[in-house]
Amino acid sequence: MTDKVLIKVENLKKHYTGGSVKALDGINCEIKKGEVVVIVGPSGSGKSTLLRSLNLLEIPTSGKIYFDGTDITDKKTNINTHRQRMGMVFQHFNLFPNMNVLKNMTKAPMTLLKKSKEDAEKQALELLDRVGLKDRADAYPSQLSGGQKQRVAIVRALCMEPEVMLFDEPTSALDPEMVGEVLDVMKSLAREGMTMVVVTHEMGFAREVATRVIFMDEGKIIEENTPEEFFANPKNPRLKDFLSKVL
Amino acid sequence: MEWLTELIADIQFVFFEKDRYMQLVNGLLNTLKITAGALVIGVVIGILIAAIRTSFDKNKESMKLRGGVGYYILAILNGICKVYLTIVRGTPVVVQLMIAYFVIFASSDDGVMVGIIAFGFNSGAYVAEIFRAGIMSIDHGQFEAGRSLGFNYFQTMRFIVIPQMFKAVLPTLCNEFIALLKETSVAGYVGVIDLTKAGNVIAGRTFIYFIPLITVALIYLVMVMILSWLVGILERRLRKSDR
Repeated sequence: MTDKVLIKVENLKKHYTGGSVKALDGINCEIKKGEVVVIVGPSGSGKSTLLRSLNLLEIPTSGKIYFDGTDITDKKTNINTHRQRMGMVFQHFNLFPNMNVLKNMTKAPMTLLKKSKEDAEKQALELLDRVGLKDRADAYPSQLSGGQKQRVAIVRALCMEPEVMLFDEPTSALDPEMVGEVLDVMKSLAREGMTMVVVTHEMGFAREVATRVIFMDEGKIIEENTPEEFFANPKNPRLKDFLSKVL
Repeated sequence: MEWLTELIADIQFVFFEKDRYMQLVNGLLNTLKITAGALVIGVVIGILIAAIRTSFDKNKESMKLRGGVGYYILAILNGICKVYLTIVRGTPVVVQLMIAYFVIFASSDDGVMVGIIAFGFNSGAYVAEIFRAGIMSIDHGQFEAGRSLGFNYFQTMRFIVIPQMFKAVLPTLCNEFIALLKETSVAGYVGVIDLTKAGNVIAGRTFIYFIPLITVALIYLVMVMILSWLVGILERRLRKSDR
């Protein structure tokens, strides 16, 4: 981990239905290069909204988000070029069903990074090999299991060589026996030094891999700490209550 | 077997005396010209309107939040599309055709051309709604996945949403094409000798109604069957990815 701040969030607010529902209520945080930040909290606490705001899939009502020094909430910023540098993995995989695995992975690098077909496929096959799916390159998403789909979704995002990976509950839609294979991929990614922001309910993953854990409730960051302190010595009563329910 | 000899004699008389079958051939050509031309116009209009309507629906919230004139331009275009859809779908195609021929293009007597334009504009409204429904039926996650990789809105539509949409709407679109082909049978109202009109003219000349009208019906039926068959092949090819 270095001290370089990759993402900086300043007083971020997101209001729904004319301001009555505050999904995000003044979030301030920083994510440094190489950090693995895990965001936990009860459902409806705004953790997914925060994550999705980081690449502007949700447009915040107010506040600022800086990515590598650029204010991406400024409407003059070209968000597409910044999204190319931020990989995202979704709860429901969102693989493209009309393309096979290889095409899923090579379409964006070939179109956006102007990579040659050979280079893109070589890179894709190497990544598939790393997650144990090299032999499924020609398969269509409908032929894969949930765990396989999510592993493909992760390497699809990696094909764009992002500087940060955002995970939105990547294991929540999986059958229990498939959670492990996806978490293993995420763990190895973390060990290689990838900057990661992960919204998850997997407390084991947070404890083992996170460099920092953030607890959110009612659109606010209530507590953040190293995983050791976070789980051993929770300070806020709401966090204590939350941990007593999920651990 | 007397009736058979009689029937053959009638067919001979109806179609081959004075080369009357050529009227059917020319009528069929006009029907095909109008259908094909209207199809192209309809699909182009349909894509355009579906694109405007869905991008307005999908982006109005975020465009409002991010500001700029884009929102107002899109809102006005969306309004124009809605008016067009209401008018076209709210009035009979025969009336639209007659207005086109006798009022809007009153100076032209090229009925086939006016027919292509009128049926094209009519079909466009239905095709637009088919495409729009198709785009709406694609999971929003597909769209988000495309955008999160860095594709812009149009690239996401082009590479990800529209190919899936096309597969989903193919049967409905085929229905619309079949309906269009048959709807052109009212082209006779503006003086076009299409297939139906040709059959009717022959019947009027020969005072034999059974043979020309049944023949016309059979020609329509065969064309529709061929069209359905071709779409079936296309559908099976596109379904490759759902194995």
